[in-house]
Amino acid sequence: MISYLARRLVTSIIVIIGVSIFIFLLLHAIYPSPARQVLGLSARPAQIDAWNKQNGYDDPVIVQYFRYMNQLLHGNLGYSYANNQSVLALFQERVARSVYLSGISLLIAVIIALPLGIFQAVKRNSIGDNLATSAAFILYSMPSFFLGLILIQVFAISLPIFNFEASQSTNIWYVIGDWYSMTLPIMTLALITVAAFSRYMRSSSMDVLAQDYIKVARAKGLPERLVLSRHLFRNASLPMVTLIGLSLPVLLAGNLITEELFNYQGLGLLFFTSLQKVDYPVMLAYTLAGAVLVVVGNLVADIALTIADPRIRLA
Amino acid sequence: MAMQSSSLPPLDVQRAPEGGEVGAVQSGWRLALREFMSNRLAVIGFAILIFFVLFCFVGPLIYHTNQLATNLSEANQPPSAQHLLGTDSAGFDELGRIMKGGQASLEIGFFAAFVAIVIGTLFGAVSGLIGGFVDSTMMRVVDIFLSIPFLFVVLILAVKFGATVASLSLVIGFFAWQVPARLVRGEVLSLRERDFVLAARTAGASTWRLISKHLIPNALGVVIVNVTFQVADAILAVSYVGFLGFGLHFPNVDWGDQLSDGTTYLQDGYWWLIYPVGACIVLTVMALNFIGDALRDSMDVRLRRR
Repeated sequence: MISYLARRLVTSIIVIIGVSIFIFLLLHAIYPSPARQVLGLSARPAQIDAWNKQNGYDDPVIVQYFRYMNQLLHGNLGYSYANNQSVLALFQERVARSVYLSGISLLIAVIIALPLGIFQAVKRNSIGDNLATSAAFILYSMPSFFLGLILIQVFAISLPIFNFEASQSTNIWYVIGDWYSMTLPIMTLALITVAAFSRYMRSSSMDVLAQDYIKVARAKGLPERLVLSRHLFRNASLPMVTLIGLSLPVLLAGNLITEELFNYQGLGLLFFTSLQKVDYPVMLAYTLAGAVLVVVGNLVADIALTIADPRIRLA
Repeated sequence: MAMQSSSLPPLDVQRAPEGGEVGAVQSGWRLALREFMSNRLAVIGFAILIFFVLFCFVGPLIYHTNQLATNLSEANQPPSAQHLLGTDSAGFDELGRIMKGGQASLEIGFFAAFVAIVIGTLFGAVSGLIGGFVDSTMMRVVDIFLSIPFLFVVLILAVKFGATVASLSLVIGFFAWQVPARLVRGEVLSLRERDFVLAARTAGASTWRLISKHLIPNALGVVIVNVTFQVADAILAVSYVGFLGFGLHFPNVDWGDQLSDGTTYLQDGYWWLIYPVGACIVLTVMALNFIGDALRDSMDVRLRRR
């Protein structure tokens, strides 16, 4: 097992290096320098060249890449000219809110999807199962902002129960307690995630139910609820571990669409406004962070699955 | 070989001279087609898809509307006899706008899927056939692409290059070819040990001939299933990009752009700007998902027949 994990770690590091080179080159090719945005549209070429030279944007790409990586490893994510703050400060302002929104949605989604998937498998092809499968299918085919729009229409406009905008507070504790504003964004994210998770949970539960050890447990006279809780639940939940690991990037990088729809000042909305303002340092730092998180998420999912599933560990 | 894999009776049952029945041998593809047609959801999905293609491309020929000249005095009108789904914020007939937007969304969906499949299949086939160090390197490249968050990089490129059908298709397709590449490589890895490949190699077939004439046609099952889901994903991706404001712009339009426009009027109650378009996206993607699921099941039948 250790050698497998060591190999995975080495592969992950290679992929991270490769991804960072690719993203850096890509962004550099599209936006060679932020001089235009900083100096304004009427800046003369001579001014732009002088600014580039002063800030190191006229060095060869490789030099720029290594300088950027060096800065990154020392905690300097660059400077956002559009917002007049360091990128790190911008991220730190918003990371708590993004983590809260994505985290609580993920938690709710798992709490709903796990029993739902088991129920669907146990009561297979019943009305409940068919209803749940159809609902999951529709949600799965829907862009997440459309679900958000429907929820806003029904629960914030037609029946004024919730707020159509997410909490604008900068205090994370206030945000957590603000059910009036936060319920709709959380439900939007949670429902979309449940749709995807319950499909996996259902098929994994059906696979486990077909196993011999379930038959043996029932034959031994074990009450059905113990069969479900002691055997089915643990074994069917294994794919969930992978899914949660794969959800890690979204968790930390913020959910772009939902934050934009509900005007929630998280990392996703920061990225969106940086696109509009063409704020290159933020775009670069954010995409790199997202890519690293994807690789780390995959690695965490693999490690967690190896720990959770004895069949892999002892193989 | 008995037909126990399919629940349907054999197509042609002939009587042998000695009595008894002989089931005629079916080609795998015909079996797959029958399995597909027997899946109700798939047929419904296929019908919905054909409906939307006709609606978007043939519709404007029947239901004439002016999509070029704005008419602000008629902006944001509710549905009426003149404008079946009302008008949007620039005075265009909304139903006509949905048709036009659908043209762009469907075109981008199909082209992006096409780009993704072509690149992915070739990449995966070459990687699987050559094997060894080249294969490992190519798969690391795939891993690197897969690690890049799709939406972020598509948005960055769309900001720079976007706003036409061709550029959006290329951008989306370029970050979607990795999954088919992996799938095709897996298929090729198992196919290349088969006898017909050894025979072809012995007969002196070049690598290219092996790939194009033998490997890819036999990996087609996986490719067909994947291309359906690629189209669905591409249509969703376009709607996300359009909703955030980086899709096609005036006077062109796509479904995501229309939703973005409609969201401004959510509180004013102009439902005709939002729900019809959204429903079109959901139905199209659902239809494609139905078809993809059914294709996956029927490809299973085709493989079992082998």
